[in-house]
Amino acid sequence: MSALTQTTPAAADNDAAPEREWRPPSYWPFVVPALVVVLAIIIFPWLFTIWMSLNEWKVGSPTTFVGFANYLRLPNDPRFVEAVGHTILYTALSVLLPLVFGTLAAVVFHAKFPGRGFLRGVFIMPMMATPVAIALVWTMMFHPQLGVLNYLLSLVGLPPQLWVFHPATVIPSLVLVETWQWTPLVMLIVLGGLAAIPVEPYESAQIDGAGVWQMFRYITLPLITPFLFIAGMIRMIDAVKSFDIIFAITQGGPGSASETINLYLYSVAFIYYDLGYGSAIAVVFFLLIIAMAAMMLHLRQRTLWTEIGGGA
Amino acid sequence: MSARQILGKVGLWFAVFVIVSPAILFFLWMASLSLKFEVDNAAYPPVFIPEHFAWKNYADVLASNRFLTYFVNSLIVTGSATLLAMLVGVPAGYGIARMAAHKSAIVILIARITPGLSYLIPLFLLFQWLGLLGTLLPQIIIHLVVTVPIVIWIMIGYFETTPLELEEAALIDGATRWQVFRHVALPIARPGLAVAFILAVIFSWNNFVFGIVLAGRETRTLPVAVYNMISFDQLSWGPLAAAALIVTFPVLLLTVFAQRQIVAGLTAGAVKGG
Repeated sequence: MSALTQTTPAAADNDAAPEREWRPPSYWPFVVPALVVVLAIIIFPWLFTIWMSLNEWKVGSPTTFVGFANYLRLPNDPRFVEAVGHTILYTALSVLLPLVFGTLAAVVFHAKFPGRGFLRGVFIMPMMATPVAIALVWTMMFHPQLGVLNYLLSLVGLPPQLWVFHPATVIPSLVLVETWQWTPLVMLIVLGGLAAIPVEPYESAQIDGAGVWQMFRYITLPLITPFLFIAGMIRMIDAVKSFDIIFAITQGGPGSASETINLYLYSVAFIYYDLGYGSAIAVVFFLLIIAMAAMMLHLRQRTLWTEIGGGA
Repeated sequence: MSARQILGKVGLWFAVFVIVSPAILFFLWMASLSLKFEVDNAAYPPVFIPEHFAWKNYADVLASNRFLTYFVNSLIVTGSATLLAMLVGVPAGYGIARMAAHKSAIVILIARITPGLSYLIPLFLLFQWLGLLGTLLPQIIIHLVVTVPIVIWIMIGYFETTPLELEEAALIDGATRWQVFRHVALPIARPGLAVAFILAVIFSWNNFVFGIVLAGRETRTLPVAVYNMISFDQLSWGPLAAAALIVTFPVLLLTVFAQRQIVAGLTAGAVKGG
């Protein structure tokens, strides 16, 4: 790491001194305050969490070292297993839908039209707005009797739904909110990808008589694939740990039908105050997110290979 | 203009309308809910624009002195957490960019991936042990988890793109590293400072999960206060929607007016807090 050589000026002199007349200054003083803060609020909590996860640690009673007992509890905890299922379903839908809609939106915003900047600002409002405030309004919109959504359904002749008030529809309803909220982020990332595409392929495709769909399918889509992966990755990380919207609208209900790992972690740690077990969930949860991210990276590498024509 | 071009224009505007309408209609509906008396909010079919506007909803929310307390709390927590983050994060971003210590960014990534709740368990114990619960200090400190990584991440990106020549010349002329940073690097990076500041403010202002655990009756921030209103007076939608709109209005205003900076920051780092 280059940072290490900076701390020992003597070594730096031996390595690279002759090329420059002045010694490259050490920038450590600039970094130290932030390093202290990061150690205190990010590194320390992590190490402490790992330590706590190895203990029976409940508020108000003495702590005892129990080794991996907290971790062994997890697979036999039906509520945790159920929460994993909910999390996977919620995440899969909350990655796919924004990816589809975000890509379409990006194609539209890539065109030039008056008021584009302002409308882009309006379009990203859902993801910048305070989640709890949004959740509150969605809760009112989901209301089975007075909500505006059932009224809109009735306009197109569809029967009224129970939305977040029924176990079968609660997760899709929450995904609707999540999609509405986070499609703009996918749009922004893909828009960056579109801006980087040269015009020549389109010009020659047009000469060859390609249609709009063909150009999108065979030129645009392959070229923005890396950006779609980045967007998918970020979306996955955010959707997995989604909390505000679910907590404010359903608190994991009805029953435990929308309880994701993050919601369950909250209950274990701050309702039952079982901090040791909660820490174990936090560690496993983190590893799960890392594993999912690694899986997506792996997928990306494989598609790269097939694009190049590898596979050998 | 040929018929084809006109058709294309109409098609484009139609597409733009379809894409932007979910956002516009939602916030219009939010405003409508907040400006209606209970009779209109309970009406079926729903009333979009009422005959009489219930400005009273806003007056009621603002007049309750608790709301003012929570507003001040939010202002203190977000303000302190953002300023502290700028104070330590901007020089850090500069140092990391100049040392090309790219591996240190892994810590930022870990912070980005970690669910906010995982920080809460150990820090909650720490704050309890230090006897800080019941003050605003725990929330200010834990909001740094959101603001510091954002600021560092964005500033690394900015300082990496600013030219080195000026800085090297100043160093040869005998300026200290601090002077170079203060008088050469910082002025050039001013757009980056704006981006980092705006995003840190928004994500700290919006944060909910830290407050729900750490805030007591007197130390609630606005998102927590609004959430608590849901559970208490569920029946009156008007004042609730008004409170929600007041909480998120500063952010919406910032989003529309600083959309260029926000877009730059989000696409550069794609960071989000919490």
